Amino acid sequence: MSFYQYYLAHKDFDFNSFFSSITTTDIERILAKDKINAYDFLSLLSPQAEKHLESMAEKAQKLSLQHFGKAILLFTPMYIANHCINKCAYCGFNVGNRIKRKKLTAEEIEQEAKAIAATGLRHILFLTGESPAQSPVSYIAKAAGILKKHFHSVGIEIYPLTEQEYSQVIDAGVDSLTVYQEVYDEGIYDKVHLAGPKRNYSFRLDAPERACRAKIRSVNIGALLGLNEWCKEAFFTGLHADYLQNKYPDVAVSVSLPRIRPHAGTFQDIFPVNDKSLVQIMLALRIFLPYTGITISTRERQEYRDHLIPLGVTKMSAGVSTEVGGHSSEDKGEGQFEIADNRNVAKMKQAILAKGYQPVSKDWMSF
Amino acid sequence: MDPLSIGGVELNSRLLIGTGKFPSKQIIPKVINACETQIVTMALRRVDIGADEDNILEYIPKGCILLPNTSGARDADEAVRIARLARALGAGNWVKIEVISDNKYLLPDNQETIKATEILAKEGFKVLPYMSPDLMAAKRMVEAGAAAVMPLGAPIGTNRGIKTKELIRILIDEIEVPVIIDAGLGKPSDAAEAMEMGASAVLVNTAIATSADPVKMAQAFSLAVKAGRMGYLAKMGAKTRYAQASSPLTGFLFEGDK
Repeated sequence: MSFYQYYLAHKDFDFNSFFSSITTTDIERILAKDKINAYDFLSLLSPQAEKHLESMAEKAQKLSLQHFGKAILLFTPMYIANHCINKCAYCGFNVGNRIKRKKLTAEEIEQEAKAIAATGLRHILFLTGESPAQSPVSYIAKAAGILKKHFHSVGIEIYPLTEQEYSQVIDAGVDSLTVYQEVYDEGIYDKVHLAGPKRNYSFRLDAPERACRAKIRSVNIGALLGLNEWCKEAFFTGLHADYLQNKYPDVAVSVSLPRIRPHAGTFQDIFPVNDKSLVQIMLALRIFLPYTGITISTRERQEYRDHLIPLGVTKMSAGVSTEVGGHSSEDKGEGQFEIADNRNVAKMKQAILAKGYQPVSKDWMSF
Repeated sequence: MDPLSIGGVELNSRLLIGTGKFPSKQIIPKVINACETQIVTMALRRVDIGADEDNILEYIPKGCILLPNTSGARDADEAVRIARLARALGAGNWVKIEVISDNKYLLPDNQETIKATEILAKEGFKVLPYMSPDLMAAKRMVEAGAAAVMPLGAPIGTNRGIKTKELIRILIDEIEVPVIIDAGLGKPSDAAEAMEMGASAVLVNTAIATSADPVKMAQAFSLAVKAGRMGYLAKMGAKTRYAQASSPLTGFLFEGDK
């Protein structure tokens, strides 16, 4: 049984009727519980719960302190190739977009790694577009091997692999996987993925689980907020994280909450997610999954990111460039989207300390 | 306070502290000074030897015994590798074994912990295993060479106090090596209770690190540990079901023949 069966069980759930039945008393009762269930979690994503954001924040903060303390892990993404064969309506790497494409050589990966490692970061997440011809698994394994020399933790955010391929990259030094479903609604998924292998919904949905079976140490999942009503996407994200954590207790599961950002391309059919809604998602997730990591990227602007620190964030990116070779090369490939927080690692550390939290550069090592 | 001996080393403090979850590394030496601890544990996965500023070891005063823990290990093999790495990096030969393959409750795997204890004790480590309080598991850890055992009072970080009291009491009665209550102690009175029960020492991290004033809280825990230990040594009066009048009702019967 995979998470797809859980998705199907809730696919036609009547969210509107459920939300209209939620009362203030329900929210207060849920916030008084030690452990909440999936429907309590959905209740916290309701319009009714929006009136209780402060109480939710207090509870979320308490749980975050208890499980993670006053520490925020820093990492940065590193784009090593932007060749892609998919036509995703919302992504700058879309094969139909006329952007400058680039793929780093082994030497360029090393150079980029050195530039990032010099900032003090010890966790790296490297990314490619989906192009098995340009970025085959062997290229990804080789890149992992190079990065392992400079970083203690090496994560990948690439196209979905088979279980055997995940084993291959794990053997090469990869310890964490980020794979976003983009949108859990299967109908919208079909609409926004116009062409390419990414159209295979269930192969992507089951990617984190295949990595868990291949003995990855941590997985990070999420939806690209803005492609569907946020409350539904947040609900499925939470259910998916809960499913993985229960089935693979030795894997550290975390979630990201990326909001769609300006990018090359013309996709306009966006469901807006305002600042308040993003906070509501984060608080509800923290209360439902107190032990799950939450990542906030530089898609969010700096003042907003700083305010989120005490509410449940456990991981933040810093010193980000979404361009291929963006940390060390003059000849860069074009970026995936525009970032909103341009602070370098040193400035990000200061901001975290100013909030009374400890920036952590290293929280992992290979054994 | 009476000294505590662990693996042949005499200690004056019965409070061990952890270094995770603090608002900054700079506060750690102040916390250590405030509570006069002599053993400080840190996750080796957090130690960045190459970095001056970010290396946690730079913030632990010389003279403290480093107790690297194997946090992140999912089985005995990984715990053993981490311990060896810690020693190779110059962190000494003390190690706290943490083998956890449950990321939700962070409960230790006693069986794998026993295996790691056996291997590392043979290699000359002073092994302090973090464990679920189970008598047979604790006995096997001692047989395997553990210098102390560290049963949890409640799951890590929960601040719930000594929820496993009855099981820990059995370990205190039956286990020859020091019993150090680790995890779950949320307030100074929990530490005092642990010491009054006869625990040899306690290890505290979350309750100190996440308090509003970690330095003051460290001092509070230190005082509580001392008070609890003194109470234990002074042998507290027995609890009875009925009140015992200071002028007993039957006292006249023993006032001599009249």
